[in-house]
Amino acid sequence: MSTQLESPAEAAPAAAPAGGPRLVRRQRLSRWDLKLSPYLYISPFFVLFGLVGLFPLLYTGYLSVHDWERLYYQRGEFVGLENYRFVLTDPVFIKSLVNTFSIFVMSSVPQVVAAVCIAALLDTHLRGRTFWRMSVLLPFVVAPTAAVLIFGSLFADKYGVINAMLDGVGLEPIRWHVDRWWSHFAIAGMVNWRWTGYNALIFLAAMQAVPRDLYESAALDGAGRVRQFLSVTLPMIRPTMIFVIVTSTIGGLQIFTEPRLFDDTPQREGGPDHQYMTSTLYIYVKGIEDQFYGRASAAAWVLFLIIVGIALLNFAITRYFTRRSS
Amino acid sequence: MRITTNRPASRPHLHRGRLALGAVTALVLGLTAACGDDSDPTASAEQKALGEGETLTITTFGEFGYDELIEEWNAENPDIQVEQTKVSLWDDWKNELNTLLQANEGLPDVVAIEGDFIPALVAAPDRWVDLSSPDVEGRWLDFKEDAATTPDGQLVGYATDAGPEAICYRADLFEKAGLPTDREEVAERMTTWEDYYALGEEFVANSDAQWYDASGSIAQAMLNQVEFPFEEADNTVNVENDELRAVYDTVTGNAEKLSTGVAQWSDDWTAGFTNDGFATVPCPGWMRSNIRDNTGDPAPKGVVWDIADVFPGGGGNWGGSYLAVPKSSPHQEEAKELAAWLTAPEQQIRIFEQYGNFPSQAQALEDSALLEASDPYFNDAPVGEIFSNRANAITVQPYHGPLYSDILGKFQEAITRVDQGGDPDKSWETFVNEVEALQ
Repeated sequence: MSTQLESPAEAAPAAAPAGGPRLVRRQRLSRWDLKLSPYLYISPFFVLFGLVGLFPLLYTGYLSVHDWERLYYQRGEFVGLENYRFVLTDPVFIKSLVNTFSIFVMSSVPQVVAAVCIAALLDTHLRGRTFWRMSVLLPFVVAPTAAVLIFGSLFADKYGVINAMLDGVGLEPIRWHVDRWWSHFAIAGMVNWRWTGYNALIFLAAMQAVPRDLYESAALDGAGRVRQFLSVTLPMIRPTMIFVIVTSTIGGLQIFTEPRLFDDTPQREGGPDHQYMTSTLYIYVKGIEDQFYGRASAAAWVLFLIIVGIALLNFAITRYFTRRSS
Repeated sequence: MRITTNRPASRPHLHRGRLALGAVTALVLGLTAACGDDSDPTASAEQKALGEGETLTITTFGEFGYDELIEEWNAENPDIQVEQTKVSLWDDWKNELNTLLQANEGLPDVVAIEGDFIPALVAAPDRWVDLSSPDVEGRWLDFKEDAATTPDGQLVGYATDAGPEAICYRADLFEKAGLPTDREEVAERMTTWEDYYALGEEFVANSDAQWYDASGSIAQAMLNQVEFPFEEADNTVNVENDELRAVYDTVTGNAEKLSTGVAQWSDDWTAGFTNDGFATVPCPGWMRSNIRDNTGDPAPKGVVWDIADVFPGGGGNWGGSYLAVPKSSPHQEEAKELAAWLTAPEQQIRIFEQYGNFPSQAQALEDSALLEASDPYFNDAPVGEIFSNRANAITVQPYHGPLYSDILGKFQEAITRVDQGGDPDKSWETFVNEVEALQ
């Protein structure tokens, strides 16, 4: 093993200073293999993340401290925190934040609750289980744009299906595109329709991994269906719960397509009074429509920090509660 | 065993790790540099001949009426095959265009530009190919050509159509409400805005329909008679001027009584054509194909559209677009050739006959084919004569600075807010703030 010594030519000029016997090449290779290979195996993710995640993140930060030359679509002078000052004092941005939270609460909360309930139902011995399980995923397969078109005709102010039904039973029609909270309701409805089934399937997978003998022992102890669900299922799917809550928080704070296409005025800025402009839409409007990339970047960073904060908070709260309940 | 005890041997490994880290860092930084180091957007792309299977691309919005013409061009020019992309709304295309201009990549060879946006091109002309050429000199009406010419004499776009405005009206709804239906009598009742609104009040008192299609469209019509709507001659923004405020007050003051309260181009607006939603539409030449498409051809039973040879308060021009060639195009000569052909008087006359877009070419306006044209869809109205008269009635060319198109969007939103029940003064304040934020 030690006969094949490293030739001097192979020792790079910068190689380690001599001292003690050297390893043979094969030994060194296998050592690298041991230490380096795992990193290489996971590196594609990090390289891709660096390209499409980290780089835009940093570059956005870079742009956010620069002015923007509108006519030539170019980065302008360094302006320090001016863009952040603009965004944080812009009433439209504040409004968009409120809208974002309102839509987020109206969508993520009922979504997770409904998803857990649906998953629990799917976890029982249904006839044609696969069919039911696949059908809850169906809305997820529909492109959001197509979904918005369908919902658009449901929620149209003048000639919409829901208003026609309300009119039929003698109720006042709802001005879906005008009243702030009703517009949030409509948008949250689209989001829920799309994501509930997806989350339900994730919960279902977690529920099926719960050992069945736990239920048997619970049943022997006299626990009913509901008690089993509360005391066995919920604690057992805790990690999945955290995962779904964190991802749906992130998703819920980034809603874009629905409010953008829900708006049927030509400007599409989340309603003429920005009744349902979300913060991501604000970023789009500032960057693409108004052509202020610096301000859009600053808004993107503010939103990023808010989402990180909320995701962490959510994580902590969920952990606290699930810990306590278990 | 020796491996773990041999310290110096681990150095190369460390070295390698550092190398990998360095490589990733270099990659990220290199990319930052590549994108961050804004390449000169005014540089012209390297010119190449169209290769096998390559096409010249053109993107239009709304209805330019180019389908048949491009087919004909492709049959006659096997070397220069053209592919058209149609976007339905200008506002959507404008966003897309802004994105492409920012990336300075992926732009089509020929770009359709709405007339209101052309000042932005004139303000940054070195991104666009100079299209001036002796062949096209004097081809257009002066005001169209001037609007696309820089102080140095560069022509950034070839004008396609012009938008002299008339009033399109539903003769059947007029009749039901006891109003005159004959287009000359109708014209006499609408020579000023006061008359127009007064007639509207008479109409809505006797009809379930509204008087006009959208507050936004009537605002735009009135705006086209204001000399300096948003910007002064030196391009300083001034939206707090009396004339603009007067337009705003008139339109928002009449919104509840006379308007449908829906945004122009929205689904509810489109539905209003078939649901007897309104009786009149400010009608530039290109609006005819919109009316026809939205109402349905043939028209539903009983629906009669007509055109009155009048526009309240004198003449007005609404829209009319341009074709421009970006410097990023690798086929600028061919693109220029195509744009010149599409905007030639002969072609524009054919578009007028088929789609209604009114030509902006001086020669086309004197063409007998245009002057004698009539439109069976609009009760056989002599459209050639009407729109020629309307073009001659235009006395004011509103000044459009580089921000015109952007401010117009905000102005339309301000009007829509009031349509939806917002307070006019508060909405105006928001508008002023939003314009402030554009500068």
